[in-house]
Amino acid sequence: MKVNEKIAIDHGLKKEEFNKICDLLKRTPNLTELGIFSAMWNEHCSYKSSKVHLKKLNTKGKKVIQGPGENAGVIDIEDEDAIVFKIESHNHPSFIEPYQGAATGVGGIMRDVFTMGARPIANLNSIHFGSPRHPKTKNLLRGVVKGIGGYGNCIGIPTVGGQTSFDESYNGNILVNAMTLGLVNKNKIFYSKAAGINKPVIYVGSKTGRDGIHGASMASAIFDDKIEEKKPTVQVGDPFTEKLLLEACLELMSGKSIISIQDMGAAGLTSSSIEMASKGNLGIELNLNKVPCREKKMSPYEIMLSESQERMLIVLENGKETEAKKIFDKWNLDFAIIGKTTDTKKIELFFDNKKVAEIPINILAENAPVYNRKWKKTKLPQKIKFNKIIYKKLKITEVLKKILGLPNISCKEWIWQQYDHTVMGDTIQKPGSDSGVIRVHGTNKAVATSVDSSATYCYAHPLTGGKQVVCESWRNLISCGSKPIAITNCLNFGNPEKEKNMGEFVECVEGINEASKFLDYPVVSGNVSFYNETKDKGIKPTPTIGGVGLIKNYEKMITMNFKKNENLILVVGKTEGHIDQSVFAINILSEKKGPPPVINLFNEKNNGETVLKLINGGFIESAHDVSLGGIITAVSKMAIKGKKGFKLNKLKVLINKFDYYFGEDQGRYIIEIEQKNLSKVQKILKDNSVHYDEIGNVTENKVIFDKEPILHIDDLIEFNKHWLENYMDN
Amino acid sequence: MKSSVIIFPGSNCDRDMDVALKKFGFKNQMVWHNDAEIPKSDLIVLPGGFSYGDYLRCGSIAAKSKIIKSVVEFANTGGLVLGICNGFQILTETGLLTGILQQNKYQKFICKNVHVKINDKENKYFKNIKKEILSLHIAHNEGNYFCSENELKFLKDNNLIAVTYCSKNGNESEEYNPNGTLKNIAGIFNKDKNILGMMPHPERMIDKYLSSNDGSFFFENLFENLK
Repeated sequence: MKVNEKIAIDHGLKKEEFNKICDLLKRTPNLTELGIFSAMWNEHCSYKSSKVHLKKLNTKGKKVIQGPGENAGVIDIEDEDAIVFKIESHNHPSFIEPYQGAATGVGGIMRDVFTMGARPIANLNSIHFGSPRHPKTKNLLRGVVKGIGGYGNCIGIPTVGGQTSFDESYNGNILVNAMTLGLVNKNKIFYSKAAGINKPVIYVGSKTGRDGIHGASMASAIFDDKIEEKKPTVQVGDPFTEKLLLEACLELMSGKSIISIQDMGAAGLTSSSIEMASKGNLGIELNLNKVPCREKKMSPYEIMLSESQERMLIVLENGKETEAKKIFDKWNLDFAIIGKTTDTKKIELFFDNKKVAEIPINILAENAPVYNRKWKKTKLPQKIKFNKIIYKKLKITEVLKKILGLPNISCKEWIWQQYDHTVMGDTIQKPGSDSGVIRVHGTNKAVATSVDSSATYCYAHPLTGGKQVVCESWRNLISCGSKPIAITNCLNFGNPEKEKNMGEFVECVEGINEASKFLDYPVVSGNVSFYNETKDKGIKPTPTIGGVGLIKNYEKMITMNFKKNENLILVVGKTEGHIDQSVFAINILSEKKGPPPVINLFNEKNNGETVLKLINGGFIESAHDVSLGGIITAVSKMAIKGKKGFKLNKLKVLINKFDYYFGEDQGRYIIEIEQKNLSKVQKILKDNSVHYDEIGNVTENKVIFDKEPILHIDDLIEFNKHWLENYMDN
Repeated sequence: MKSSVIIFPGSNCDRDMDVALKKFGFKNQMVWHNDAEIPKSDLIVLPGGFSYGDYLRCGSIAAKSKIIKSVVEFANTGGLVLGICNGFQILTETGLLTGILQQNKYQKFICKNVHVKINDKENKYFKNIKKEILSLHIAHNEGNYFCSENELKFLKDNNLIAVTYCSKNGNESEEYNPNGTLKNIAGIFNKDKNILGMMPHPERMIDKYLSSNDGSFFFENLFENLK
């Protein structure tokens, strides 16, 4: 087949991009070469729309060993230990085939982590679905949860945290973001940069099949009515093989034979081989007849573009082939020498003794298109003047009942009970907490981790929303007593060719950057997912932040469940009663307009650091950050987890009680302290200029608000517990 | 006291079991599925996980693996064999334990804390154990035990139902049955009670920072009984 402009456009390339390819090559590419270009130059692999903005991100810090640009980020957690972590999206495939899409998302991110020599120790996920009333939502949710569990459970990595939300903007594009943390000795990290000429290039893992061809291109396109037809572009996962691959790679890595290693993820053999050569400023030569294939008569085009899972590419030291092969034989995995590094700075492919492709590497990598797309700023919406007369008809207990039972607030046990969260024997804080916490095996240290996103705020005002997500992540880590170290981000947005969507991206990134800098909470890895759009309807901007923090002595870890009767409940941070964009405004007052809560980075930092001081001083019995649903939702969740009641005193502030209890001002925490520690805690808060309110105390089981009917803690548990299981079982 | 943990491709609780056994005094060694022989041991453990990907049926391929002959020989001469989760499934597949483990009733993987009642103490595993009810953890997709009426009668008549799911006070009603298992069965013995298979994971509950410390009672006691 002779390549022409139409074929190029069918490959997802633009006309100008095709012309650029012809100019750079000084000829028309053949079909295999065109396939390679389309795989390398699509949005998913090239970051062509996002690059200019991502460059601005704060990626440096004292604890950063490796920032963006590698398979995953690496941070120092003291002694010889480092944590490798990253989050990645698998949105498009999960919508088309929820089980396999989600499963291979988990598989892919774990490979990114163990490629660097780390043993995965925790998985998390952030999953977003359309309205519960949408006919597809239930099946998508069931499939995604089964897929995530099916993969992670089999490999034996605990899923320690996550986030689930429902919003009609995801009706046609669900989001599935998967995150993995791995533990590595900081002197034994492996990178993807190849070095040296004539070194053997080794293919290990599963055989190559015809699945997932053009997966990355599919993930770079908007959806239409015929999206179901794209099922063949979804990869199929085999967690058993991945488990073997993990053990085999770690066994090989314990020796000294690997020069560089790269997993075959998006765009498979194409992007892995090109990336290794590009980083090492080398060439690479592959004999495609040597690639282990699952199906007969696969063409060079198919072999290069397959996204079959559980495969790795390794550049070995000369003479280590036999030793390496022995390990892969032991684990029953394919091992093939498929090529070598060269000094040509080209990728050269051979098939049936003929050269079938020859492209200078720099054309594919450095000359890939970069777009500084037009974007539109989002104005800060005007504050809403809420009609306080409506408030008069409301009862706190009834509003609370409704809020605790909302899809986005209710208990998500139905989901996380399907994930093995205790395997490896080090999970000391499980899903359903502010952060998942896992011990660093065999030490006194523990790592806290959480995933967060706030599409509502980001949609209302991207700049503020971007800041807010980073702050919320920071607060979740502080709440369990960890010091936040760094973040990874998964930037899920609509169509970058639309100025509004592009603007949302630019401003969210700016917000993330601002907060990340101020909090010294750098971004060390991440991924961008654009084109989350179906028939002209895009998703709300949804940057997901995965945070990692360190607890030096896990005996000092704090949980969120209320501990003891009579203990005092304090709100740390100032409450102004910001109702716009709150769960209360949207669900009770049906008001979707207005600005999101203001982020004051100075207070955020100061409040967080002071709470951490209190925790380290041993003054806090339990802590929880205040987020969706405000103070009262936060207090209720602490009570539900601890199976205790609480009494809230008559307000001493001049704010309407609904605004006070349901407002979503930022930078706040609820803490539980013993009476005897009150004066010491007050002193520390005052010395650090941190505002606080003493709002009530823990009770045995009664839930008491001033002048409202008395509830029992079992009532709150009932309000919160059943929405999801009822929804899924009916 | 020497123990051996068998590693099958796809085992994933092998390390956890190794950590637990060592913590409570065992000299533990790891044995690869392709080895022909098992070193001299007082206890052999088949750990949890997804041996051979659980393809075909959970535990079925492991039951035909090279090492399993030595396990069967060891068991037949009275050696202690403990199978947890996938290990239990392997033991039923080899025929060392009676019955089968089917998919959970609600067709979902279940990971949660449970309580189990110890029904028989006339054996090396539970003799002298200080608790009647243990708080343990389950994490499985196929833990729904089933056997024929005759087999059930055999189990009952010989006190071979080792542990059953219950409330924290020992109530064994259906409400506390997490997966639809017959008679709340969580674990059983063979006739001589030297082989124990159970779904809950004691190795995940061995210190107070985990969601329970009751696995410690199990291992401590087992070690003492083997001394």
